[in-house]
Amino acid sequence: MTEESPPADGNAAGESTPEPSTSVAADADPDRVTFSREGFRAGFVTCVPIALGVGGYGIAFGVLADQAGLSVAEAALMSATVLAGASQIIAVELWADPLPIATIVFTVFAINLRYSLMGAALQPWFRRLSPTQIYGSLYFMADENWALTMRDLKSGSGRGAFLLGSGIAIWVFWVGSTILGAVAGGVIGEPARYGFDFILAAVFVALAAELWEGKSTLVPWIASLGTAVIAAQYLPGRWYVLLGGLVAAAVEVIRYDA
Amino acid sequence: MMRELGLDLADALSLEPLTVGVILAMTAVTVLTKVGGIWLVRHVELSDRLEAGLSVLPGAIVIAVLGPDLANGGPAEWGAAGLVLLVMWRTENILLALIAGVVGVVTFRSVL
Repeated sequence: MTEESPPADGNAAGESTPEPSTSVAADADPDRVTFSREGFRAGFVTCVPIALGVGGYGIAFGVLADQAGLSVAEAALMSATVLAGASQIIAVELWADPLPIATIVFTVFAINLRYSLMGAALQPWFRRLSPTQIYGSLYFMADENWALTMRDLKSGSGRGAFLLGSGIAIWVFWVGSTILGAVAGGVIGEPARYGFDFILAAVFVALAAELWEGKSTLVPWIASLGTAVIAAQYLPGRWYVLLGGLVAAAVEVIRYDA
Repeated sequence: MMRELGLDLADALSLEPLTVGVILAMTAVTVLTKVGGIWLVRHVELSDRLEAGLSVLPGAIVIAVLGPDLANGGPAEWGAAGLVLLVMWRTENILLALIAGVVGVVTFRSVL
């Protein structure tokens, strides 16, 4: 680690003062990203507690899908292939006879547009990986494991397979809990009674606590919060998520060298 | 429940062609959003300034998802969110924090 230190007092100097590179670790480390089995396993194991929470949400989705008239197999297929919780829940809420196909597909697209920003945010670390590794991992990207992965990569772990490992953990619990919820159907009744509707919010509060990087975080977060709260009142669907992220990024770009 | 399980197994496993088609269309647009962003930035050269902008996205998006959600809630949700923050701050244990939040929101809703 300190291979460039002078031999005499190199150790003492290296320990008493942080290396200059640590302050820009997030920029320096991306070059050392690997795609290993160890990274995959770390992602999977780290994500299991979160995936349990996602499971609570999946049960709620299963129940809603059942009420919308989807079969257990159809609900499971949707969870296995779409793998985007909020958009699935809103889609089954739009489910009607005759099926409003265009509305459903466009709404899902709009809700999930935020994934483009999230995927783009991974580029500094993913640029050394192969297209198969990148796009295969991105298929399994969900809100929760993306945030976990960003935390892991920002710490300088260089574990490029973390997104895939954590995503598979989400996938297993999401599909399993969807089946459970769809089968249990009416037995469970109102999800809000068990606080399941609060799980997603709780996950994001926890993630915000982890993504906090000190005072420099404050300006972009206030920009995002203000934009999202206002946009949510005037725009349909989840456009506010996209707008909040974009405004925060724009604010950061503007004040970059200010 | 058992009666339904036994009786409706065929129902449970049924796959309506139209429904499957809509699900596949939902899958297609979702995959497009998931891979589209990184595909774009991989094929366009990024400046340091733009990368600084991208680096604030994780937290900003989390806040954007959370903000309106909590604004639409009430004292029970705000209290439970505070509980999640508190447990995260003291223990850094996500599972504990989630359990505290869910137990908290159920308790607060019944009390408030």
